[in-house]
Amino acid sequence: MTLTDHELEQAFETTIAHNDRIEPRDWMPEGYRKTLVRQVAQHAHSEIIGMQPEGAWITRAPSLRRKAILLAKVQDEAGHGLYLYSACETLGVSRGELTDMLIQGRQKYSSIFNYPTLSYADVGTIGWLVDGAAICNQVPLCRTSFGPYGRAMIRICKEESFHQRQGYELLMTMMRGTDEQRAMVQESVDRFWWPALMMFGPPDAESPNSAQSMAWGIKRNTNDELRQRFVDMSMPQAEALGVTFPDPDLRWNEERGHYDFGTPDWDEFMQVVKGDGPCNRQRIAHRKRAHEDGAWVREAATAFAAKELSA
Amino acid sequence: MSEEPQAEWPLYEVFVRGKRGLNHVHVGSLHAADDEMAVRHARDVYTRRNEGVSIWVVRAEAITASSPDEKDPFFAPSGDKVYRHPTFYAIPDDVPHM
Repeated sequence: MTLTDHELEQAFETTIAHNDRIEPRDWMPEGYRKTLVRQVAQHAHSEIIGMQPEGAWITRAPSLRRKAILLAKVQDEAGHGLYLYSACETLGVSRGELTDMLIQGRQKYSSIFNYPTLSYADVGTIGWLVDGAAICNQVPLCRTSFGPYGRAMIRICKEESFHQRQGYELLMTMMRGTDEQRAMVQESVDRFWWPALMMFGPPDAESPNSAQSMAWGIKRNTNDELRQRFVDMSMPQAEALGVTFPDPDLRWNEERGHYDFGTPDWDEFMQVVKGDGPCNRQRIAHRKRAHEDGAWVREAATAFAAKELSA
Repeated sequence: MSEEPQAEWPLYEVFVRGKRGLNHVHVGSLHAADDEMAVRHARDVYTRRNEGVSIWVVRAEAITASSPDEKDPFFAPSGDKVYRHPTFYAIPDDVPHM
């Protein structure tokens, strides 16, 4: 028995309406599939590129303890990238295609990773603010309508909590240190605050795909909702840490029950998204080099497997 | 074997037993050149925090699946057999241990 297109589409819509999950071999509209490929791939690429800014500090960690923590964290980012690539491949794209699209700049990754890490305090700030913003984004995605994506997000969220806490603890340690160390923390927070707010994407009014993504249950909250949630969460954490955010408009609004805050520089955001951030070229060049340098390993392993099979 | 640049490593599905007494559960997939590498990669990707005591990997192409698109007819045989469930049978409330 075969179902007509109309029946298939109705079954899909019913599943979405019931808040049930869509699984890889279900029929799905082409637009749904494309949107997911774009979003999940972008997410996977972000994890992989996200290894670079912090990975750069592994050899210069201030102690063995910090080095072990940072290694574990960067290894997690690789793991998260792999969970997400695995989810993305269930939509019918191959790993090779995804890698090529990243290297050729045909798919994007989070703009935050195009900013440099200038001091070890940045490792802490990234854990606290960047991973904190990522958690805000990702917790609702555990309930996204595509099964494999939601399951990957559940695994990732469990691990991100370690990332955020290690970052905050690192900054707390520095804040208990010298004036110079405290200044390093503040300087780092000043650099990362606005880019962290931009991680939620453009304002709702300028985010053309959001409405459809929400209707399909791919996204569960709008960009602006999540941004507000992040600001509200971060303020008491900043106070406890003893740092400020570089925004003169940031203040509690009794009426709204939320913090008011200023507008990120969206021109800067667009510039970074389009490829002209401080480190875009460097990030892609590094990823390309790592991929090419690894070619002989992939080929040797394939040759070995073929030899074992024929032996 | 051919000298052409190889296509990707094959895809493996990964199943992990969380602890003794539980079933292996599907956790995701990965690429590996051979079975042994698949087990190693599965350990590194899916059990970094004591999530497992045992791992199975199987080539994705070796799995045969029912087709969810034909869900209704395929699973229909179990749909109308309510007598397979304990709740089908009315037992007076005062009968103990049932």
